[in-house]
Amino acid sequence: MEQLVRIGCGAGFAGDRADSAGPLIGELARHRGPRFLIFETLAERTLALCQLEARRDPARGYSPALDRMLPGAIGPALAAGLRIVGNFGGANPRAAARRVAVLAREAGFPNARIATVEGDDLLEAFTPAELAARETDGALLRTGPQIVAANVYLGAEAIAQALDGGADVVVTGRVADPSLALGPLVHAHGWRWDDWSRLAAGTLAGHLLECGAQVTGGYFADPGVKDVLGMADIGYPIAEVAASGALVITKPPATGGLVDRRTVTEQILYEVHDPAAYLTPDVVLDVTGVELSEDGPDRIRVTGARGHARPDTLKATVFVESGVLGEAEISYAGPNALARAQLAADAVRERVARRFPDLLLRIDTIGVTSTYGSLSPPLPDDLWMPEVRLRFAAEHSEREAVACLVEEVEALYCAGPAGGAGVRRHLSSRLASASCLIERARVMPRVSFLGEGS
Amino acid sequence: MTGAVTVDLYRLAHARAGDKGNRLNIALVCRDPAFYPAIAAQITAEAVAEHFAARRPRRVVRYDLPKLCAFNFVLDDVLEGGVNASLGLDGHGKALSFFLLTTKVTVDRTLLESAGLAKQLNTKGG
Repeated sequence: MEQLVRIGCGAGFAGDRADSAGPLIGELARHRGPRFLIFETLAERTLALCQLEARRDPARGYSPALDRMLPGAIGPALAAGLRIVGNFGGANPRAAARRVAVLAREAGFPNARIATVEGDDLLEAFTPAELAARETDGALLRTGPQIVAANVYLGAEAIAQALDGGADVVVTGRVADPSLALGPLVHAHGWRWDDWSRLAAGTLAGHLLECGAQVTGGYFADPGVKDVLGMADIGYPIAEVAASGALVITKPPATGGLVDRRTVTEQILYEVHDPAAYLTPDVVLDVTGVELSEDGPDRIRVTGARGHARPDTLKATVFVESGVLGEAEISYAGPNALARAQLAADAVRERVARRFPDLLLRIDTIGVTSTYGSLSPPLPDDLWMPEVRLRFAAEHSEREAVACLVEEVEALYCAGPAGGAGVRRHLSSRLASASCLIERARVMPRVSFLGEGS
Repeated sequence: MTGAVTVDLYRLAHARAGDKGNRLNIALVCRDPAFYPAIAAQITAEAVAEHFAARRPRRVVRYDLPKLCAFNFVLDDVLEGGVNASLGLDGHGKALSFFLLTTKVTVDRTLLESAGLAKQLNTKGG
């Protein structure tokens, strides 16, 4: 019988449910053959925040998800013979690896072999001018901003190399999300790095897994239209991949959620632009020929992925400091609530403009205009609302200007219209991002094993 | 078209939005394969650009995926700068999937009946 590789995905982002890996480990433990547990915990912005943290404390700067998700999972996973691959490393894969080693030891696996994949941090080898020269779709970097993070998306090769070397846990920094699954597949099946059709199938498997529950009924439910049972206990996905590239997406039994054509179709196209050319560091994936078929309850067979030679350049994301964001909210309720809210908005607008005429101010009515903004239909004059929550937002390079806004909203308590209530205010540093394309020759992924000569 | 009714696209399809920078993509999936031709004919890139006109899309492209009974729409520069620049609450544009589903489509009532949606149409309006 053909050997299947099974990969479960326990997280689709750093803020994902922390206990999702439990049912995956339980189900994968029932099978034999190569089995892996992957975690995607490094959104673009998460990595930039990691970089800021690493500057403050060289022992940190890894994904906050590591300490949420791994303590409960690492012992049972290693006991079941699973190998773990995750981009927990953030801006500091070695610090993450040391933390993983502690968790493994505490779970009874002091000899677990932990590998790191590095080489994604471009600040090691590129000057700001070199990055600016490689920017695509804009010229943000040419304005000379303060760069916070610059990371290139590595592919699956270094992950496969770490697994070939015997790693029980592979900790990466920035890699393309599907590569977290493709690395284990290439390692286990021995695929060639120019076998584009199999690399495409493995990349599609990784793409379907990378957002966790988004393929198993998460981010899908619409009551009465697309019903999902067991939302509180959604099962996270498992991909079963044969050496041929044949792929089934499923989830652990006795979990909530569902896997059907609809959930898989929505996820196939998630964050895809041209479906004939989904660019990854490993292969160019073409999903236009993909077909889905039922293969039992909560099992969808995915066929027809095609692949083309990988791109010559790698995508990088650069984050730069970008001023301060201020947000403040206040509520008005009961008779004439909307008129009082509008009066409050006018007063704040007038006072802020006196001191900072260049401050771009946005005022939304939550429940009416705050989500669609300019796409919202105009408010009717006679609209009656039982309560109104106003949201103010502004961004500026000077903290003082943004502080002025949130202070003016708070001052509505005593000086604004009658009945203002429930002020909340928040200032946060902003990061702007730019994309670059980097020549492969300038990028050298490195694999090292914790405590083994590095 | 006999017995033509105009309904929200929501009655015929479901959708999921994703973002990269200031670019939005929306996967639009037919609830029933029978709806594919009507959606293909009416929910054109031009129609979607018109629906999103207030966000001034620089470009809208529709990719067709008949084997999945789905379409992928890519809208450039509609996210107010994207999640790192927008002053709005939904800088990702995640809720815009449901905004696309408020586009109007005209179909024959028998098409909805054959897919078991006519009752829903009557009880929930169009």
